[in-house]
Amino acid sequence: MVGKDCVAIACDLRLGLQALTVSNNFPKIFQYGDVFLGLTGLATDVSTVSDLFRYKVNMYRLREERNIAPRTFANLVSSSLYERRFGPYFVSPVVAGLDPKTGEPFICGFDSIGCIDFAKDFIVSGTATEQLFGMCENLWEPNLGPEDLFETISQALLNAVDRDALSGWGAHVYIIEKDKVTKRLLKGRQD
Amino acid sequence: MEDDSGHLNSLARACLVSLQAEAPVRVPRRRQFKLQLPCPAIGNDENRASQRNLKLARTTAYHPSLTKQSAKMEVLLGITGKDFTIIAASKAAMRGATILKASDDKTRSLNKHTLMAFSGEAGDTVQFAEYTQANAQLYSMRNGTDLSPSALANFVRGELATSLRSRKPYNVNLLLGGVDPITHKPSLYWLDYLASLAKVPYAAHGYAQYYCLSILDKHHHPDITLHQGIKLLNLCTDELKRRLPIDFKGMTVKAVTKDGIIDIEFDDDKVVKMA
Repeated sequence: MVGKDCVAIACDLRLGLQALTVSNNFPKIFQYGDVFLGLTGLATDVSTVSDLFRYKVNMYRLREERNIAPRTFANLVSSSLYERRFGPYFVSPVVAGLDPKTGEPFICGFDSIGCIDFAKDFIVSGTATEQLFGMCENLWEPNLGPEDLFETISQALLNAVDRDALSGWGAHVYIIEKDKVTKRLLKGRQD
Repeated sequence: MEDDSGHLNSLARACLVSLQAEAPVRVPRRRQFKLQLPCPAIGNDENRASQRNLKLARTTAYHPSLTKQSAKMEVLLGITGKDFTIIAASKAAMRGATILKASDDKTRSLNKHTLMAFSGEAGDTVQFAEYTQANAQLYSMRNGTDLSPSALANFVRGELATSLRSRKPYNVNLLLGGVDPITHKPSLYWLDYLASLAKVPYAAHGYAQYYCLSILDKHHHPDITLHQGIKLLNLCTDELKRRLPIDFKGMTVKAVTKDGIIDIEFDDDKVVKMA
């Protein structure tokens, strides 16, 4: 979710097999330098893809001697997913970060084969997509400050997952500002 | 969330490819017709020939979790506590509806302080477990130090994940329990055949999940002692004896502590009456 000179990204913590919850501490957001990647979908591919990008971003950092920019990372995600065009990873990633040069917020989402969806407001993904769209559409407004953005994204996520049987069990929220990243853990409903 | 549908398609493709590669199998007409019925024989795919017939007979995708009901009947349980991890596995070795052995040990120790329990398709389980065991021991020999439980869990996940996208994936569910040799912190990792990895305080596999996780939700506490852990395990096995439609022939119980892996005496003959 985009704010004024800041972005936020949040996820729930549930890992389940259909209706059975296996774990309630399975974070789906991964940090690669200054860029954040959220992954929903098949749990095994969430791990595989997050490990793959950790490797790719580390190699990029060694080669370039700098952190990867969000836009570059988004294109890396896109091309890496399209490599598996006919046997895809079953994930729908979301990328968030601030442009290292201009400080502009950047967010985008993907389908499982890497088609990029750029947005200037918010990106949603996962089993609670419909609920999240409804919440974000109503709560989000342009130029939210970091604190307001935190409140907005948290309320949107918590209320969306409470209407979805397959997600919830707590949440992680990251607020990304120019020289500060705040990570907050939300307890949420545990039922 | 896990979505198997795509994997089904890729498996179906894999089946088709392997079908084209293999020489045509002569199948008696009657037999082929019989296999089309949703009978228990479908679950019995250790028999290679019948499995090939199955692929010929059924146009829908073959999927392990749909056909391997007996694998889900196998019980794996794991409980962590203050300074230990208990791993328990049912003793019954099953093949379709038959119990072949009542003293099966579905566990392998990877190193001094990591234990792995496994269930799933007959050949795959032991093959995969012993492959992992050999690699863990090779690492220990080469480096003069053991891999930690978390390192092993991630290694195993990597191997399973590679196998998942291969022509014939391993169909193995695992619990990996251990105590970190340096911090002495106990840990338990839950892995399924799709290579989903989760670090959990307590875990189960197969149908046992439906009975045991709720009991553990209610009674488990991270600070329990080994004695309390075994009591908790008894609560679970009693419920399984009450509710599971088959006799799983008791449990092999082992615990990992900072001093290594210990066998635990477990009363399998206790009769549990219906509530």
